[in-house]
Amino acid sequence: MKTICMYFQVHQPFRFRKYRFFEIGNEHYYYDDYANESFMRKVATKSYLPANKILLELIKEYGSRFKVAFSISGTALDQFELYAPEVLESFQKLAATNSVEFLSETYSHTLASLINKEEFLQQIAEHDEKIEKLFGKKPTVFRNTELIYNNEIGDWLADLGFKGVITEGARHILGWKSPNYVYASATNPRLKLLLKNSRLSDDIAFRFSNQGWDQYPLTADKFVGWIKAMDPKEDTLNLFMNYDTFGNIQPKESGIFEFLKAFPKEVFKTNQLSFSTPSEVIERFQPVAPLSIQYPISWADEERDVSAWLGNELQQEAFNKLFALRNKVLQCNDPQLKLDWKYLQCSDHFYYMSTKFFIHGSLYSYFNPYNSPYEAFINYMNILSDFEIRINQCAESSDQMIISAQEEKPEDKPKTKRVKSKSTVETKDTSNEKTKQSRTRTSSRASKTKEETSKKKSTAKKITVKSKK
Amino acid sequence: MKVLMFGWEFPPHISGGLGTACYGLTKGLSKFSDVEVIFVVPRAFGDEDTTNARIVGASDVYVNQKRIALKGFAQELSLVEVDSLLVPYTEPDEFYRITRKYAGRTWRTFTTQHFEGKIPFTGGYGPNLFEEIRNYAIVASAIACDYDFDVIHAHDWLTYPAGIAAKEISGKPLVVHVHATDFDRSGGNVNPRVFEIEKQGMEMADKVITVSNWTRDIVISRYGIPPEKVITVYNAVEPLEEAEKINIRRGIPDKIVTFLGRITMQKGPEYFVEAANKVLKKMNNVRFVMAGSGDMMNKIILRVAKLGISNRFHFTGFLNGDDVYRMYSISDVYVMPSISEPFGISPLEAIQSNVPVIISKQSGVAEVLNHAIKIDFWDVDAMADAIYGILNYPALSTMFKKYGRQEVDKLKWETSASEVRNIYYSLLYRN
Repeated sequence: MKTICMYFQVHQPFRFRKYRFFEIGNEHYYYDDYANESFMRKVATKSYLPANKILLELIKEYGSRFKVAFSISGTALDQFELYAPEVLESFQKLAATNSVEFLSETYSHTLASLINKEEFLQQIAEHDEKIEKLFGKKPTVFRNTELIYNNEIGDWLADLGFKGVITEGARHILGWKSPNYVYASATNPRLKLLLKNSRLSDDIAFRFSNQGWDQYPLTADKFVGWIKAMDPKEDTLNLFMNYDTFGNIQPKESGIFEFLKAFPKEVFKTNQLSFSTPSEVIERFQPVAPLSIQYPISWADEERDVSAWLGNELQQEAFNKLFALRNKVLQCNDPQLKLDWKYLQCSDHFYYMSTKFFIHGSLYSYFNPYNSPYEAFINYMNILSDFEIRINQCAESSDQMIISAQEEKPEDKPKTKRVKSKSTVETKDTSNEKTKQSRTRTSSRASKTKEETSKKKSTAKKITVKSKK
Repeated sequence: MKVLMFGWEFPPHISGGLGTACYGLTKGLSKFSDVEVIFVVPRAFGDEDTTNARIVGASDVYVNQKRIALKGFAQELSLVEVDSLLVPYTEPDEFYRITRKYAGRTWRTFTTQHFEGKIPFTGGYGPNLFEEIRNYAIVASAIACDYDFDVIHAHDWLTYPAGIAAKEISGKPLVVHVHATDFDRSGGNVNPRVFEIEKQGMEMADKVITVSNWTRDIVISRYGIPPEKVITVYNAVEPLEEAEKINIRRGIPDKIVTFLGRITMQKGPEYFVEAANKVLKKMNNVRFVMAGSGDMMNKIILRVAKLGISNRFHFTGFLNGDDVYRMYSISDVYVMPSISEPFGISPLEAIQSNVPVIISKQSGVAEVLNHAIKIDFWDVDAMADAIYGILNYPALSTMFKKYGRQEVDKLKWETSASEVRNIYYSLLYRN
C-alpha cells in the first residue's frame, strides 16, 4: 500500500526597510515593520488560518488516518508571536491532535549549511528548542532551507542523530531513479532521504490555477487518479510545498481549499492509499539505494541548485561578508545583535539579489520587495556595514570589560545602550524578554492591536521569545 | 523602397544624441538592400562642400546633393544638404542667440511654384526660428517634387513641417520620429508654438515612432495621438571599437562620479549636486564631475559653492569627441538624473567604457537596461545611496562590468532599423 507524505513549508522573512548609507553608524533598526506585519496578516488571513482550520476538521473527521507535517521557520514563529498569535494557536491545536509532525530546520532559514557548520548546527538547536517548547515534541526529521542538501550536510545531520532528511528529487541526481522510494545517504547509510515528487507537488503548488495548463482544472478526483495510476510497487509519494500555496499563491477562488478538503476523501475511497508523516515513512520503509550528492541541490528553478541564492557576485559577496563576521558575533552578548545576526542570514535576502530575476521575472518578483537585485544588494550591504560597526564596538567593549572589571555584570552596558531608542511601550520587561523588547519598535498601532488580540493568552507566549545566554 | 528622410547632422559634424540616432538608424537601414535613403540635412554654417550645389525649384536656396560612401554603410547614401540655419536642440530663444551672428547676412527671397499658385515668401527680417522652419518646409516641398520616393521620414519637430509639406506635395505616407517632445525639454512648461508644430506633425503622420514607451505615453496622453498609431522603436548604440577606448591614468587616487550632458533643467543637474553633497558627508575619497554646459550652469556653480563642496565638485565645460571617452575612462560611476529623457544614449556609451550607471526611471533607456541602477530623478537619497553602494561594495562594479557590456552589445542599430523598415512596409501595403 502506497503512502502519501505531505509536508508544508511555513516561512516568512523579516524584510528590511529601506536603509540608506547615511544611516550607517547612526540607525540600528533594520526592519520594515509595516511590510512584515501587513504581509503576515495577509498570508495569515488568506492562507494559514483557513488552511489550518480545514486540516483540523479533516483530522477530526478521519482521525489518525489523515496526517501532515510542517516545517515552520523560527522567523515565521517570531512573526506569529508579533503579528498573528492566533496562527500560532491554531498550529498548537493541530499539534495536539498527534496527527501532525513538526520538522527540524534552521532558526532563521539560513544558508549557513553552505559555509559554516557551527552556525548551521547552532541554528538547528535553537529552532528545535523553540519547536519543542511550542508544540511539545522534539523533531526527528530534518528539512534544510530551500531543501538544500549534499553528502556533507547529511553527515552533520546524521551525527546530530536525525533519522532522515527531506530534500528535492532533483532529476540530475536521480537520473532514471524514481523519487517515490526511500533512499539512504551514500556516506551515512543510516540516514534516510525523502525526496520531493516535483511533478505532482508542483501540479498543486504552481499549476493548480493555471488555465493554460492542459490538465486544468485539477480536481482531487483526477489527482488521486494519477496517484493510483503510479507504479504500485512504489512506496511513497512525497508532496512537499509552501503552505501558502493554499489561499495565497493559489487564491481561494481557484478552489484550492475545496481541493484540500476533498483530497483525503478521494484517497480513502481507493482503499489502496494512506497518509504518513515523514518520520513514519522513514520508520516503515527500507531504503532502496544509496544516493551520493556531491554538490548541493535545492528545490529552486530548473537547475535545482543553489544558484538562486548564491549564483552571482553580489550574492556571494554579501554572503561571504556576512559570515566573515561570525567569530565577532560570538564574542558579543547583546541579544539584539544576536537577533539581527540571525535575521540577516535569511535566504530570502539573497534571493532578492538574484539576477535570474531578469529571466524568470514574474516568479521572482512575486516574493520580492525590491525593484532590482542591485537595489536589494545595496540595501543589504548598507545594513551589513552598520551591523559590522556594531559588532566591532560590541567586541571591543566586551574585551575591555573582561580586562577591567570582572565583578561587574557584563551585560549591563550593551543592554542600556540598545534600549534607549525603543521600548517605550513595554516597561515591565523582565530580563528574559530582551529579544522581544528589541522588536517593540512596531508602530504603536500595531502593538496595540496585537496586545488586544492576545490579551488573554499572552502570558504563555511571551516567555517563548527567550534569549539565550 | 526609397525613403525621403529629413534628418540631422552627418559626420563629421555630429554634436549630440539626435544626430547620433539619425546616423545610427540610417546606417542600420543601409544594411537592407531593399531600402534606399535620400537624406536631407540642413547645413547652416557654410563649411560644406558646394560643388554639387544646385537651386531647388524656384527658390534661391542652395541645395547640395551628393552620393557619399560612409564607413560601415552597406550602400552609398544620397545626401541632400539644404542651406539653412536650422540646428537641432534649439528652442526659440537659444536659436536667436546662436544665429544672431548671421544677422547681417542678406536674407533670401524666394518663390515657389509647387504650391497652388505662387506663394511669395520674403525673408529679411532677421533670424527667426519659426520662419526658418517654414523656409525649410518650402524647400522640402521642392525636393519632394524632384525626387522619387515611397515614404517620408522626419526626425523631431523642426523637420515635421518639412515632412508635412513633402507629404502634401507627393501624397506619400509620412512617418514622424519623436526623439524628444517639448514636455521633456521644458519640464512641462511647453512653448505653445512648438507644441502646435509637434502636434500637427504627429497628427499628419501616418505613423509616429517614439524612442521609448516613456515618450510614447507622452505622445498619447499629452498630444492626444491614437495609441495604435504610435510605435516604440528603441535606439541603439554604435559598437565601440577597441582602438577607440582610451585609457588615461587618473592623477588623483579618489573615486570619480560623473554627470555628462547639457546642464539644463531637463537633465536634472541640481539633483546630482544634492546627491553629491549627501555622499560627501559620509566619505572623503570621492570627487564629482559635471561635464557639459548649459543655461543652468551658473546656478549649479552657486549651489555647489553654497554647500561648501567646491573642492570636491568639478566642472569641465563642454566636452566632445575623445574627451567624452577620456572622461568615461576615469569615471567610477556615471549618473544620469534626467527629469524626462526620451531615450538617453550616453549611459550606453558609459557602459561600453565599463562604467556602472545610475539612471533615472524617467528615461527611455531605463526600459532597455537591466544592469543599471534605476532611481527616481527627485529621489536624491536613493541616488546618493546608489553612488555610495557602487563606490563601496566592489561586487557591484564587477557585476556591472560583466553583464552591462553584454547587455549593451545586444542593442544594435540594425535591429532598430529593421523595426523601422517593417513600419515602412506596413504603410506601403496598407491598402
